[in-house]
Amino acid sequence: MSTHELRFTLNGEPRQVSVPAHRRLIDLIREDLALTGTKEGCSVGVCGACTVIVDGNTMSACLLPATYVDGATVTTIEGLSPEGGPLTPLQDAFIRHGGFQCGICTPGQIMAATALLAENPHPTVDEVKRWMMGNLCRCTGYYKIVESIMAAAEVSAPVPIPAGAAGLSGPTHRIAGS
Amino acid sequence: MREFDFHPATSTAEALDLLGRYGDDAHFMAGGTSLMLMMQQGLVQPGHVVGLRNIRELRGVRSVPGGGLEIGATTTHREVERAKETSAYCPTLAENFSRIATVRIRNQATIGGNLVHADPAQDPPPMLLALDAEAVVASKSGERAIPIDGFFEDFFQTAVREGELLTAVRFPRLPDGVLTTYVKFLPRTEDDYATVSVAAALKLGTDGRCEHVRVALGSAGPTPIRAHQVEDALSGKQITPQAIDDAAELVREEVDPIDDVRGSARYKREMARVWTSRALRGLLERSNGRQGG
Repeated sequence: MSTHELRFTLNGEPRQVSVPAHRRLIDLIREDLALTGTKEGCSVGVCGACTVIVDGNTMSACLLPATYVDGATVTTIEGLSPEGGPLTPLQDAFIRHGGFQCGICTPGQIMAATALLAENPHPTVDEVKRWMMGNLCRCTGYYKIVESIMAAAEVSAPVPIPAGAAGLSGPTHRIAGS
Repeated sequence: MREFDFHPATSTAEALDLLGRYGDDAHFMAGGTSLMLMMQQGLVQPGHVVGLRNIRELRGVRSVPGGGLEIGATTTHREVERAKETSAYCPTLAENFSRIATVRIRNQATIGGNLVHADPAQDPPPMLLALDAEAVVASKSGERAIPIDGFFEDFFQTAVREGELLTAVRFPRLPDGVLTTYVKFLPRTEDDYATVSVAAALKLGTDGRCEHVRVALGSAGPTPIRAHQVEDALSGKQITPQAIDDAAELVREEVDPIDDVRGSARYKREMARVWTSRALRGLLERSNGRQGG
């Protein structure tokens, strides 16, 4: 079994880690780096709970070998807004428009939608639905999720994917306007 | 997942060297979407995995002088979908790739990985068959081209032999004025594998006779298939909706579907006929509309 030294940028910070060849990206993120905002659902690339952004592209962290992010820029849900800073318009819209219920699919939903708005700042409802079809929600259905994304698209100017500082000290709990 | 050694190759030559060194115990990995699953399920347990993603020469979509197209084996589905060269060559090819799974999978999975995985339910193979594409494979003794019609030998089995690496997919210049389509029957969800899928190409002469026809199906047997009997029934003939329906009947004998969660074999056989007819009727309507102005 080979081990590999990886250098990559995670949520705006340079990281250097050592991983065995068979380590999945989701295990590196959740277990080794303690960033548990990225959830593991189906483990087979279908549900979207583990969606992260690698070099601007959404990917399933459960299907990606960790070695594949060597040299890459990775953004997880923790990297969208700086610790203690304002939420992104999209995160804010999910709260204002009730875009989640139990919350386990939400990090994946928000990462997928973040990548969508970076590429297509003013999508149509159909474009949102088509893009988001790989992110499953088993609680609240999809109307509120689509509504949240459309609301964020209206308020946000074209923004690059944020690569802010990660909350490495642990999960963060912030609610806009509270 | 069985532990393995990972070797990120940076050139085709290095990848072939590694394959030569580890033989049967080595497995190539491009995007990893299929191989990671198969390794997690214990279906494939290589001791050595040779990574292909860092091989620059294997990635990219290029127009070929004379009107063809070449796509490097580790080009992701989304790169194929978005490359202007793809749309310039054949918009239906871009559409075909845009409808694979979800955007997340398309960002990771590759055209070459898709072909060597050889799952008969995948989207690109029927389209590639309809466009007369060929796979290019390299080995230490050189390079050879394998027509996609003949590339798939059985469920999860291809004509790529020991010591060979799929490096590219080549598409010939399309006949001028040919129309193409890709349809798939998805009774469950949009990102599911199809119950049956059909890719087709059709060119009619000014007299309404068929000058060029290709019909290929996915999810309809142990491999993606070309429906040669359907093509032969239409080739050179006057094309009418009735002629299409009559020819589509023949596809029932060409497919060899299995019972699974996406339908019984009997139902899929019937759907193969229905969707073959729909695909060709759609092309006929477009062709007639074009001639009408």
